[in-house]
Amino acid sequence: MLTKRIIPCLDIKNGRTVKGINFLNLIDAGDPVELAKIYANEGADELVFLDISATEEKRKTLLDLVERVAQQVNIPFTVGGGISSVEDVELLLKSGADKVSINSSAVKNPDLINQLSDKFGSQCVVVAIDAKQIDGKWKVHLVGGKVATEMDLFDWAKEVEQRGAGEILFTSMDNDGTKNGFANEALAQLSNLVNIPIIASGGAGNTQHFIDCFKESNADATLAASVFHFKEIEINQLKNELRKNNISVRI
Amino acid sequence: MKLVIIDYGAGNTKSVQFALNRLGVAAILTKNIEEIRSADKVIFPGVGHANAAMGKITEAGLEELIPCLKQPVLGVCLGMQLMCKFSEEGNTKGLGIFDLEVKKFGTENKIPQIGWNTIFDLKSELLSDLNENEYMYFVHSYYVPKSEFTIATANYGLNYSAALQKNNFYGCQFHPEKSGDKGELILKNFLNI
Repeated sequence: MLTKRIIPCLDIKNGRTVKGINFLNLIDAGDPVELAKIYANEGADELVFLDISATEEKRKTLLDLVERVAQQVNIPFTVGGGISSVEDVELLLKSGADKVSINSSAVKNPDLINQLSDKFGSQCVVVAIDAKQIDGKWKVHLVGGKVATEMDLFDWAKEVEQRGAGEILFTSMDNDGTKNGFANEALAQLSNLVNIPIIASGGAGNTQHFIDCFKESNADATLAASVFHFKEIEINQLKNELRKNNISVRI
Repeated sequence: MKLVIIDYGAGNTKSVQFALNRLGVAAILTKNIEEIRSADKVIFPGVGHANAAMGKITEAGLEELIPCLKQPVLGVCLGMQLMCKFSEEGNTKGLGIFDLEVKKFGTENKIPQIGWNTIFDLKSELLSDLNENEYMYFVHSYYVPKSEFTIATANYGLNYSAALQKNNFYGCQFHPEKSGDKGELILKNFLNI
């Protein structure tokens, strides 16, 4: 039986992890590769690396990092952040990334989704969507949530599926950072609407939130950052709890 | 031992190479016919669209070579599917090593299947020392039905072939190079065949 996935997200700036400083045994706590190996050993099912570097010379640093991760980590990983062209993706995949995640660039140029899925296959194209509710309607936001658009979350989700996205990574900005749980209602609606896997993001604060998300939303995976980085939740313990609650996970 | 990964432009060759490196084995990436023919073992990876990948195999002049190889050959993911005679994906004619047709999953499932699924009914030296119901990482929209060549089964709405074998030809629908320690064990088994 296909299991539900637990995905830690690592924020990367200039080749270093931004969070994740609570791992005491690390020789270099800022080294994303060290952190990735720990997560893999703790039972993470995949990893997401989100590059938040601002500079232009970041690309080379990021590619070096991707190659080091691919060399040393034996589970799949996705790379996102600032990807805007077929060439960007080609370099990342050639360096050993399994999937890429695109966000604002897909909104600005929706045809990029078609181009990527035609060239590399939909299995490696994750479209990340950030949205929040404005007057009761879920509206897509860009540039890390800073810029609002008129686009409806569900319309956009349907469109990215039709254009060849292999997965949707939905972050609820209303929930992100609150530690009050995932946006289960919107996730359930998304999961009913499209026939590709949905990764839930934003709002994880405790183990019960993951249980609720899988039970109420039918999401295929949950993504979280700080609860894992600050060791508030350990992945193997989380998975034991999920299994006790009859949620199928890999242990 | 000379280990070759067929590098025809549609494979996750680097991931496979890195996984082998973690096992302490160096592999050559090549599409050169003589290099492939003279290898002790051959890995045939593949990701993306069946039709595009098959086109690249033909372009590289490999469509006649691969089915004639005598050494152990391991097809991974799309590589395994292309070893079959036909795929519904783009109505693609495959290499015909396995007299099987690759079909698309029904829409009662989310497509692609992405994630960790169990494999069972294991029956090959490729899978020795592996427990029943071990988890492997799968990413695919098309599947090979169960047949006399099935050496491992998985379930996604229906039972299908997670791995195949016919003589010296082996195939894994999942990605052993991305399936943690257990996946690496399968690669190790392949190296020991």
